[in-house]
Amino acid sequence: MSATVIRRSTPASIRVWEAQVVTVWRAWKSSALLSMLQPLVFLGGMGFGVGALVDERSGSTAALGGLGYLAFLGPALMATTAMQTATFEASYPVMDGFKWRRAFEAMTATPVAPRDVVNGMALWWASRILLGVTGVALVLAAIPTTRGWGLIPAALGATLCGMVFATAMGAWASTRESEASFAAVQRFIIIPLFLFGGAFYPVDSLPSALRPVAWITPLWHGVELSRGLTTSGITFAAACGHLAYLAVLTAIGYIICRITFHRRLTR
Amino acid sequence: MPVIAARSVHKSFGEFEAVRGVDFEVARGEFFGFLGPNGAGKSSLMRMIGCVSPVTSGELRIFDLDPNVDGAAIRSRMGVVPQTDNLDQELTLLENLVMYGRYFDIPRRECRDRARELLEFVQLADRADSRVEPLSGGMKRRLTIARSLMNRPELLLLDEPTTGLDPQARHVLWERLYRLKEQGVTLALTTHYMDEAEQLCDRLVVMDRGRIVAEGTPRGLIVEHSTREVLELRLLSTTPDDIAERLAPIGERVEVLPDRVLVYAHDGEAALASVHQLGIEPLASLVRRSSLEDVFLRLTGRSLVE
Ligand SMILES: Nc1ncnc2c1ncn2[C@@H]1O[C@H](COP(=O)(O)OP(=O)(O)OP(=O)(O)O)[C@@H](O)[C@H]1O
Ligand SMILES: [Mg+2]
Repeated sequence: MSATVIRRSTPASIRVWEAQVVTVWRAWKSSALLSMLQPLVFLGGMGFGVGALVDERSGSTAALGGLGYLAFLGPALMATTAMQTATFEASYPVMDGFKWRRAFEAMTATPVAPRDVVNGMALWWASRILLGVTGVALVLAAIPTTRGWGLIPAALGATLCGMVFATAMGAWASTRESEASFAAVQRFIIIPLFLFGGAFYPVDSLPSALRPVAWITPLWHGVELSRGLTTSGITFAAACGHLAYLAVLTAIGYIICRITFHRRLTR
Repeated sequence: MPVIAARSVHKSFGEFEAVRGVDFEVARGEFFGFLGPNGAGKSSLMRMIGCVSPVTSGELRIFDLDPNVDGAAIRSRMGVVPQTDNLDQELTLLENLVMYGRYFDIPRRECRDRARELLEFVQLADRADSRVEPLSGGMKRRLTIARSLMNRPELLLLDEPTTGLDPQARHVLWERLYRLKEQGVTLALTTHYMDEAEQLCDRLVVMDRGRIVAEGTPRGLIVEHSTREVLELRLLSTTPDDIAERLAPIGERVEVLPDRVLVYAHDGEAALASVHQLGIEPLASLVRRSSLEDVFLRLTGRSLVE
């Protein structure tokens, strides 16, 4: 058997991404589709249900920066969806790649290097988050108070916010031998952020001691960005500030992933 | 130029040294074996050759390239069958091969053609579109071998390809491996089955606790380290302590194992007659040719398969 000359065309990271798409489509089809429904449930339940209560109270619209509750909550769900999709996609699928299906081991026996695995997974996270966020954006586009071109940059900003969580969770998962800690991360980090990150009410209504905590969380920046670009308005400088903060955190997470994946795949 | 050249290669995991300085060369087209018991360091060595585990110290060259520098280039010319299968159980056989072929950047259509051809080669063509999960262990092993051939490798690494398979499945595999050798592929195989090493390998090294304790052709090793024949005796349930002493004059060497006594002699039948003359009546006796098992016992004082 002689080696044939192979047309080298697709970058290795794209090929890793491709494999991930095939795998997910096969194995997680139903759960992926179900996860798209979750933000709709929140939007329906909270937006219309709570919204009806809130909007009738005098002064509440002022507290929400002049927005109706649906216009306040809706855009923020892009950021929370990004966060939740990210933490899921960077936890179980990463454990799957290292330990259960061991696809990363199979890949790295080929010309694919650990760095390509990280890049491929990062591409996968970004595309999967964007898909989830786009689902929310499409619904928001159907609602008059949230409709607007701002949804497009907002969806991208929310995706970047998701990447902070994806790279951090991916780095964590790549150092774990079992999935035992994932539920705790969900319970003690993701859900509190979901509740206190400014998605459901303004951070200003938190006790003043808690506010700085909210400000350093990436979710708050994602929420502010998504909401600002769609319904509440935002200055260019503020938008850049949020983006820069999220980009820096993503870069840090990415670098840690590069180190931890490399370590795990070259023992 | 050898396909694999190792000089004083070490591998440590923290404090523990799994490979303690091995030297060997594998020539192009050779079928080379690493024979050794559990924990000998065979997989650790295979993973270093596979460029997925860095060498702790020493020099390793594959295709005359350095794994640290040209890992990806080396891996693109090599096929790997890992000790534990890492097939995707949810995908079909064909999808597994195509996905793997894509890692080598082989165009999708070409992947599909090669996959069909290779499924034919490992006699799994009729299962092409069924899922991997329900396959038997032997079928999965064959599929992993097919997968390792997707890039038409010059060098194939097989880490215990037949462990856990029934004899018939092993023979099917052996026959396929012969065919690859005929096609000019260089093969490196680990095993702890001495019959496998004897049957398949042109040359092999015997490993124990991270070291190479002998090297040669299967026949050469037997001639060098053992006698032509072995007389196996099963004695009473408790072996008398002085049995080795009493039997010593009969053979060149006597090994007392927990369940039997081995007398190494050029002529086994003659040795058995001498045993009877000594007034020792074994419960059972067997004369056989020496094998690599005996070589291993000689070199390490332990059995290969416990
Ligand atoms: N990643 C690792 N971390 C720590 N120790 C390891 C690691 N991999 C292997 N070892 C140790 O190195 C030694 C050699 O292991 P290795 O898997 O190379 O042996 P082997 O000859 O392949 O054995 P087997 O026949 O059981 O497959 C063993 O003691 C094993 O516990
Ligand atoms: Mg092994």
